[in-house]
Amino acid sequence: MKKTYLYWLLLPGLLFLSVFMIIPIVLTIGSTFFQAERFTLSGYVDYFKDPYFLKILLTTLEVSVAATLLSILLGLPVAYYISQKAPRRKGVLLALAIFPLLTSPVVRSFSWMIILGRKGLINNLLVDIGLIDKPLTILYTPVAMMIGMLHLFLPMMIISLVGVLENIDGDLMTAAQSLGASRAKAFFKIVFPLAMPGLIIGGILVFVGSLTAYTTPALLGGKQRVISTFLYQNAMTLNDWYSASIIATIMIVITFVVVGLMNKWANKLNPKG
Amino acid sequence: MRNKQWGLGLFSLLVYLFLLGPLLIISITSFEPGTVLKFPPDGFSLHWYRHIFEVQMFPKTFTTSIIISLLGNILSLLLGIPAAYALNRFSFKGKDLLNAAFLSPVLIPGIVLGFTMLKYLLVTYHLPLYAGLLVGHTVIMLPFIIRVVGSSLSSFDFAIEEAALSLGAGPLKTFFKVVLPNIRSGIIAAVLIAFLESFNNVDISLFMTGPGVSTLPIQMLTYVENYFDPTIAAISVLLMVLTGILMFGIEKLMGLSYFTKR
Repeated sequence: MKKTYLYWLLLPGLLFLSVFMIIPIVLTIGSTFFQAERFTLSGYVDYFKDPYFLKILLTTLEVSVAATLLSILLGLPVAYYISQKAPRRKGVLLALAIFPLLTSPVVRSFSWMIILGRKGLINNLLVDIGLIDKPLTILYTPVAMMIGMLHLFLPMMIISLVGVLENIDGDLMTAAQSLGASRAKAFFKIVFPLAMPGLIIGGILVFVGSLTAYTTPALLGGKQRVISTFLYQNAMTLNDWYSASIIATIMIVITFVVVGLMNKWANKLNPKG
Repeated sequence: MRNKQWGLGLFSLLVYLFLLGPLLIISITSFEPGTVLKFPPDGFSLHWYRHIFEVQMFPKTFTTSIIISLLGNILSLLLGIPAAYALNRFSFKGKDLLNAAFLSPVLIPGIVLGFTMLKYLLVTYHLPLYAGLLVGHTVIMLPFIIRVVGSSLSSFDFAIEEAALSLGAGPLKTFFKVVLPNIRSGIIAAVLIAFLESFNNVDISLFMTGPGVSTLPIQMLTYVENYFDPTIAAISVLLMVLTGILMFGIEKLMGLSYFTKR
């Protein structure tokens, strides 16, 4: 078939994305380098000197790193367990992991408000069994945000690991064990390195997802700000679009650097692609 | 071998409890008869389910969400199917780059997309709120359409298409009579996945809503800021039922293995 078709088929979509996404983003990034029509980097300098902003950035990174590490810790064994199951069982377990993923983040974050609140499930339980006298403050802390993020993105870690673990030949484990390796040793010497690409992809999804999520910190963080709620506050509450544009640019840069580095790492580990 | 698995099984059970427990708890609290959300509830009542329909804003924003998702789906199918076809049918220079460009809306943080769209679509291009909302949702649906339709095109045997063409059917006729019917289930699955993506979206809608125009998730967020009664729990249950139905559809059409492939 004639190749000219090709361009006509791609053009509408590309035009749409350019006009409504790429141009707005490029203009937003561009606008951060100009104040009073003159080129300047002072916007960025001010931000990286501001302790309030640095604290927000640090909280965001802490919450995201913690959620990512915990998702690996919880996700890897579960994914391994799922990948060992017969197809029918596997299907059910996968469906149970995918269901929360498809459920609205508002619903999922709200459910943690019921559990972690001052009169929430955990506090009531702890008071009833006499472990504490006064309810603990769990909601509206970084810990609450981290739990919410973990709940939000753990399914992504599990399903990307299942995808990789499924393709690992089970005979490899049997072979290693018959040659005298313990179960744990066989797992860490054989399954773990082969699962690494899935771990990195899962890690990217959890880390970048936590870094940029809005709903969970908005509901579970209270006055605790993370970078996405700070962007929203600057844009909509303070109407400071210059600041919001700087924060947006910083978020794009962090996301691209993280994704780029992790992808590079994944490719290095997996030269066949 | 089997008895060594029990530790792993127990661990997995606890993780599943962590994932599904909160959804179960929110479901149970939705039947609370009183005005304060608590677990366990004081009794059984469907009062708050009735309340959803009495508070006008919920049915209204639900309708907006549905309309935006449906129109956005139509738009993104019109833009996405030709692109997915071109990307899978032909090999050409710069294909990987174009592929990446079409999937890029997933890479940009949603909150950033929302803000830049507010700044340029609404303020600079003067799009009405409703149109801005529709355009924003179409942008985020497009990558899902291209990926899912693309994956069903990549398993389609283009030799059948060549056969139709060589027998004298025009390219358009061939596409509608031969290609399209063969990837139909992929397209419907793509629509369901994109629908959920749009319907649950907060990040873009947050900036594209205002007086008179809002979507259900945004309305829910606003409500939670002011009230802590079981209304949101009741809506959550209805939304989970909807999610369950759509997920069942996706499973029937293309299998859930779509989610484990990246």
